[in-house]
Amino acid sequence: MKVDCLVVGAGPAGSVTAGDLARRGVETLVVEKKAEIGPPKRCAEGVSQRSLEALGINPHPHSIARTITGAALYAPSGKQVVMEGQGMEGYVLERKIFEKHLASQAIQAGARYMVKTQVLDMQRVNGAWEAQIRGLEGTETVTADLVIGADGVESKVGRWAGLKSLNRLTDYHSGFQYEMANVSVNESYIHLFFGREVAPLGYVWVFPKAFSANVGLGILEREARMRSHQYLKRFIANHPEMFARASPIEVNGGGIPVNHFTDMVADGVMLVGDAAQLVNPIHGGGIVRAMHSAQMAAEVGASALREGDLSRDRLLSYRRQWDQVYEDKTAQLLKLRFFLEKLEDKDFELLADILDGADIFELTQARLSFFIKKVLKRPSLLGLAKKYLTD
Amino acid sequence: MVVVNHYQCLHCGGCVGLCPVNALTLYELHLEVSEACTECGICVKFCPVGALEGTP
Ligand SMILES: Cc1cc2nc3c(=O)[nH]c(=O)nc-3n(C[C@H](O)[C@H](O)[C@H](O)COP(=O)(O)OP(=O)(O)OC[C@H]3O[C@@H](n4cnc5c(N)ncnc54)[C@H](O)[C@@H]3O)c2cc1C
Repeated sequence: MKVDCLVVGAGPAGSVTAGDLARRGVETLVVEKKAEIGPPKRCAEGVSQRSLEALGINPHPHSIARTITGAALYAPSGKQVVMEGQGMEGYVLERKIFEKHLASQAIQAGARYMVKTQVLDMQRVNGAWEAQIRGLEGTETVTADLVIGADGVESKVGRWAGLKSLNRLTDYHSGFQYEMANVSVNESYIHLFFGREVAPLGYVWVFPKAFSANVGLGILEREARMRSHQYLKRFIANHPEMFARASPIEVNGGGIPVNHFTDMVADGVMLVGDAAQLVNPIHGGGIVRAMHSAQMAAEVGASALREGDLSRDRLLSYRRQWDQVYEDKTAQLLKLRFFLEKLEDKDFELLADILDGADIFELTQARLSFFIKKVLKRPSLLGLAKKYLTD
Repeated sequence: MVVVNHYQCLHCGGCVGLCPVNALTLYELHLEVSEACTECGICVKFCPVGALEGTP
């Protein structure tokens, strides 16, 4: 089989790339190894409304499990800071529907899909890529001028193309989650719990859905004394006020890359979404970045195909576009991540005292200078802040 | 070679992206370890539920 573009993986990154390519008249084939697009989810399903709007992506009403108005953050003592108001509104999605909807939009635009079909390997042959795929019909070869690696944290496309796309354990959260029914929380908010004992170098989340909630956490192995599964079990046991009458209806795991250091392009190849580790290094959200990178890659890919130049040099304009929007911001957020990783439980309590919801929002937007000023009043944090947030 | 406990594996694929020698592949709901495995132990440390065993 011969196509202009082969998209590997039908997550948010793959389907948005496919839709945008097809809309530009590119003959696109999406290959997804799972029998059903979506499950098992590796996700807490939270997204900000504003970010989706900025991308022009309208989730189908069935894709939205709950609309939330803000976030509640908890220090280890239970002290709470609420972030609410302008820009904090969000959705907790039903990802399997969200992903199927994105796929069906791409198909309407002209893309073709195959499910339960895995890309096994690919080689560069005469200036194109030959990929071996295997599905219900057996094994066949797909020849493509352009390959989009939208294959998530497991990405092999980058490796096959010779890119250093390996994740590092030091920058990769181990995630574990139950979707639970009958959790008692304020369902207008998502809830985030911090602390060394709660979730070392990460946090616990409770994201309410229509009639259930995603209850999970991500931790860094470096500081962990148990597995993420055990940390979550302990958290649930320690919080009967939320979980006394709750039980799981689903269990999920996953890896979350919290540092982006991979190259995104090779001759005839672009990596999008988690395959290129495009995740917000502070909160680990990757859905929006995955789709944004997809839009950029589709735009560059369609023009490059039209021009007949799929060299790395040509495709690098995708990477430049990405860097223009995200490079500085990601660098700032990484600094903030390294700062937060140094905090002791007592420091979280201090932060809960001195920061209000709006401040924390500013921080997640990578605006740090006001924070340093606030922290100036607290000598115990000042040293740390100076060390990690200034250069 | 790292051994997978298939009764515990959640098929999250998190380990796959960490393997320095590309020895792990998730075939939909089946995680496979190839001969290339060097028992470096990175995947064992990562696994959220402890479904991987080896000598780290
Ligand atoms: C526990 C956890 C909680 C999270 N919570 C949030 C959250 O609340 N909000 C948020 O924004 N982000 C969250 N994330 C991150 C988010 O899930 C990812 O950033 C997002 O899914 C990335 O999308 P993607 O399309 O790049 O990759 P994926 O969604 O992982 O899609 C990759 C697809 O490629 C397929 N594939 C892989 N290899 C092949 C192959 N060889 N052949 C064919 N198909 C293949 C896979 O089956 C999969 O369907 C969370 C992650 C985890 C692990």
